[in-house]
Amino acid sequence: MITIKEYIKAESLEQAYELNQKKKNKIIGGMLWLKMGSGMIDTAIDLCGLGLDKTDETENEFIIGAMTTLRTLETHEGLNEYTNYAFKRAFENIVGVQFRNLATIGGSLWGRYGFSDVLTLLMSLDCSVELYKGGIVPIAQFASMKPDRDIIVRIIIKKVKGSFTYSDMRIQSTDFPVLNCAVSYFDEMWRCSVGARPHKAVLIKDENMILSEKPTAEQAEAFAKTVAEKVSFGSNMRGSAQYRKRLAEVLITRLLTGNGGSEQ
Amino acid sequence: MNIRLKLNGKVISEDIEPDLLLIDLVRKHGCKSVKRGCETANCGLCTVIMNGKPVLSCSVLAARADGQEVFTLEGLQNEASEFIDFIAQQGADQCGFCNPGFVMNTIALLRENPDPTDDEIRAFLSGNLCRCSGYEGQLRGIRNYLDSRKGGDI
Amino acid sequence: MEKKDYRVVGKAIPKKDAHQLLLGKPVYTDDITPDDALVVKLLRSPHANAVVSEIKTDTAKKVPGVVDIFTWEDVPKNRFAIAGQTYPEPSPYDRLILDRHIRFVGEPVAIIAAENEKAALKAMKLIKVKYDVLEAVLDFRTSKDSHVLVHPEEDWFPPCQVGGDNKRNLAASGENHDGDVDAVLSDCDIVIEHTYHTKAFDQAMMETFRTYTELDRYGRLHVISSTQIVFHCRRILSNALGIPKNMIRVEKPRIGGGFGAKQTAVSEVYPAFVTMKTGRPAMIIFTREESHIAGSPRHEMEITLRLGADNDGTIRAIDLYTLSNTGAYGEHGPTTVGLSGHKSIPMYSGSLEAYRFSYDVVYSNTLAAGAYRGYGATQGIFAVESAVNELSEKLGIDPTEIRLKNMVREGMVMPSYYGETANACALDRCLEHCREMFEWEKKYPVRDMGNGKVRCAGVAMAMQGSGISNVDVGSATVKLTEDGGYILIIGAADMGTGCDTILAQMAAECLGCDVDKISVFGADTDASPYDSGSYASSTTYITGKAVENACEKLKKELCAIGAEIAGCPAEEMQFDEGEVVHLPTGKRIPLSDIAYKCQCFSERTAEATASHSSPVSPPPFMVGMVEIELDRLTGHVKIIDYMAVVDCGIPVNPALARIQAEGGIAQGIGHTLFENLSFMENGGLIEKDLMQYKIPTRLDVGKLKVEFEHSNEPTGPFGAKSIGEIVINTPAPALAHAIYRATGVWHRELPITPEKIAFGID
Repeated sequence: MITIKEYIKAESLEQAYELNQKKKNKIIGGMLWLKMGSGMIDTAIDLCGLGLDKTDETENEFIIGAMTTLRTLETHEGLNEYTNYAFKRAFENIVGVQFRNLATIGGSLWGRYGFSDVLTLLMSLDCSVELYKGGIVPIAQFASMKPDRDIIVRIIIKKVKGSFTYSDMRIQSTDFPVLNCAVSYFDEMWRCSVGARPHKAVLIKDENMILSEKPTAEQAEAFAKTVAEKVSFGSNMRGSAQYRKRLAEVLITRLLTGNGGSEQ
Repeated sequence: MNIRLKLNGKVISEDIEPDLLLIDLVRKHGCKSVKRGCETANCGLCTVIMNGKPVLSCSVLAARADGQEVFTLEGLQNEASEFIDFIAQQGADQCGFCNPGFVMNTIALLRENPDPTDDEIRAFLSGNLCRCSGYEGQLRGIRNYLDSRKGGDI
Repeated sequence: MEKKDYRVVGKAIPKKDAHQLLLGKPVYTDDITPDDALVVKLLRSPHANAVVSEIKTDTAKKVPGVVDIFTWEDVPKNRFAIAGQTYPEPSPYDRLILDRHIRFVGEPVAIIAAENEKAALKAMKLIKVKYDVLEAVLDFRTSKDSHVLVHPEEDWFPPCQVGGDNKRNLAASGENHDGDVDAVLSDCDIVIEHTYHTKAFDQAMMETFRTYTELDRYGRLHVISSTQIVFHCRRILSNALGIPKNMIRVEKPRIGGGFGAKQTAVSEVYPAFVTMKTGRPAMIIFTREESHIAGSPRHEMEITLRLGADNDGTIRAIDLYTLSNTGAYGEHGPTTVGLSGHKSIPMYSGSLEAYRFSYDVVYSNTLAAGAYRGYGATQGIFAVESAVNELSEKLGIDPTEIRLKNMVREGMVMPSYYGETANACALDRCLEHCREMFEWEKKYPVRDMGNGKVRCAGVAMAMQGSGISNVDVGSATVKLTEDGGYILIIGAADMGTGCDTILAQMAAECLGCDVDKISVFGADTDASPYDSGSYASSTTYITGKAVENACEKLKKELCAIGAEIAGCPAEEMQFDEGEVVHLPTGKRIPLSDIAYKCQCFSERTAEATASHSSPVSPPPFMVGMVEIELDRLTGHVKIIDYMAVVDCGIPVNPALARIQAEGGIAQGIGHTLFENLSFMENGGLIEKDLMQYKIPTRLDVGKLKVEFEHSNEPTGPFGAKSIGEIVINTPAPALAHAIYRATGVWHRELPITPEKIAFGID
């Protein structure tokens, strides 16, 4: 059971940031992971009063407030239209609707969790994270940064002409994934992110141009093999490194050949 | 700290510890329908509707409910009564411990999607665990209710 | 079969508590007990085998709000068992409330009683314990005759002789047979011989273990607990605390599921001890984690089987040896193992010439196992049905045909089932019915769906018992109210199964009234007539018959009272649809007159109590068939359809019987595909909450369809047998069969995970 001495609903990002500089203070997101801990928090800093729970769509981008829930994104028409329902597919198996009505995109990203479906999907997009002090950083860079005392304010997804798809493997339907993958094509480049390895997602680009714009089965297999070789996998109770490597090959091949990915 | 919220239509005001969870607050206020089935946000037994959305009250700080509107099954008896007979006819209530969370989330589903398909029902309720029924009877009950609303034979 | 038409029995009536449950009314232990009871928390051991050399609680006791902390030094020194079983218990007396010798990770070391949870948890961190850590035996396969003894103590005591020996780590052992199994096996054309491994599974009932205790207005210990066994609880508490049984009252409110978990007094002794020590109300609520690390899960078993047959598919001999892991304590160890042979082998009584069943039940330094729906039969049936499926695949005979050739049929004697005769058996009809409903011929062949996916099917049969023969006692009291209604008082425990409603239906049938006229009360040791409790698939069959008997007795009594009113001999009165009729004149006396008569200048009471016990335990039978889609590249198994046909005699309430079946199948699916309790190197449990121990969601069970074949059990109420447990037995062998069909690999260890499947193919 987590212990919290004080709760403050921040009135400004600056106030939240100031408070967050103390080690024993903490920004709270969806509270789903935080409340399971047994630690002590001096001040819980809540961003819920700062209007960060909205998603704006402009002609060129989606701007997603850090406190937007996963459920909002899962059911967001614009995002799903743009990603060919990869958002719905990536989020719909995360525990349950009631969970996803609490879990925030900012909280999900901040933890840089290994099992994260959110991170895997966003890595495959043209996506950046806006930090209060750190400014706008590409998602891949954000993922590799060590957690500091900054605050995620927004997520920005650039609308680029391309295609997007997502798949995962779960043993029980709403469990953590054994592996998840997102594949995208934009700026004349295929990209593939692999997560739940069980370590956090990594992005592999098709820099050797193995894939054509419409990949053949052979190309898909060859690329999937390359990714599976490049990426490191680990073992946990849900699967061995060897099994994850196999899954990566299978899921990526299928995504590239239009089998079993996200669709409406 | 002091919070004020609307619980089942009534304004309540309470001095709370900052780490009090919403589930414990509402149970303290007599809303015993809200159950704790796990500590890991996995079971759905503690589902309440906050600002119109179903959420896990085990993972909401009571402090965060300040100024919000919360409904538990105690406050939605009439809405629940519209369909629970159909669940009862299947015997799918069983031990009953998961029922309040299941009923609350079914209410949320039907508000959001008044005519769901079987797959949509399964998907929306997938976060509501039940160890007794095997789920099929709950689905039959909801299906029969939806059919009865359309005036179909059941 | 000719079907008798009853008015109330056989009807799908909603459960009597349905509205209360579905509307979320406060009906469970934590809802109905005072909020200001002492919070009881347990400090648990991080070691699997250790002796507490020093325990300091003085600092912890100073935490504001802490009322007291108890250690091994404070508790009575008499050993007892917490298994809910009829006296003399087959389970050894091997427990203390707190033992200095710790035998599994998670065993309680101290009991903390505090005004609130925060204080209790704070105190828990401040208790200082020094352990002498001992070598532990964690692999049950190495436990028998190990130099590490789980129970070296001299006061280990078995109330029954069940082949146990604590100096050999044996909780029980035994052997029985019929015919010369070795001779028959050596004469068989083919022998299937393998070892099958089933794991410990958690019941994962939605309401964890919890108990409230207080001293009542007479200073007696009043216990409100989520339990299936109020009377056994009373005895267990009396043994544990050393207080007389008449000074204890145990009652259960609504129970949030049990599945056998609450057939063991897992949580009761701790708050009871606190209340006796402090005189104050006390409450313990197990966290989900505690429910997992110190609950009462299924016994892990390793079953070695030799099944001999001829090339024409005649199954001639079964030799079955079970090694069962009872864990740190022996609850239900000696009895669960029996079902692994006695409720699997008899299914082939149609052709078996000989059988042998032998077993060892060993202690180990893992959490103690207990009772879980299926109770050993599930494990044995996985082995036997898997072997029969393998036989049929090897011989190229359709697995449904091979079963029809060998199965037990009505009227047959079952030598491996204590020589009982299958007086009601529709197993053959279940198989034909299921085959047709499922479209077996169409689904059995392996079909390539493209993209690495195949569809195919598997099949299994199952049996169970109905109560424990020569042991279980069910009782019922029926009382007439002044307006012609009735109160039915029972000691059986409705844990969501609907037995309150089912028993009321039987009473209504007997008394010729509507089921709404029957109110049900129970279970409460002060008020209920003695009942063993709800376990071993006994309630419908045993307590149901007691209800029938009590109603017959009551009708006679009401006639006698009617005769007093009419001034005639009792033989001239007859009970008829809510009235008593004077046969010679046709004069009818309303029940309200009879009830009021008993309340005024009367020596008669308009109530009756009856008990029932049975020398037999008639098996229900079942056939389950599953269609899966298996992804050969990822190993993922998707269940398309699970269909089953059950012979539970007469389903007293078909809706409730169907839900029992569907729920049991869903649990079985979970056990087969992903549920698992496994241990770290130090003996700690890995899957200790619902984040890691995954039970099926509604997306994981496919479409379930259950139908019934009726048989008429002559010793059961209205021809009924049981339904509660058998329904969990078919998924493991049926799924393993389908997975073999899809991959060519037999999986003999549960759970069969996608990884095992995928790498099995390579």
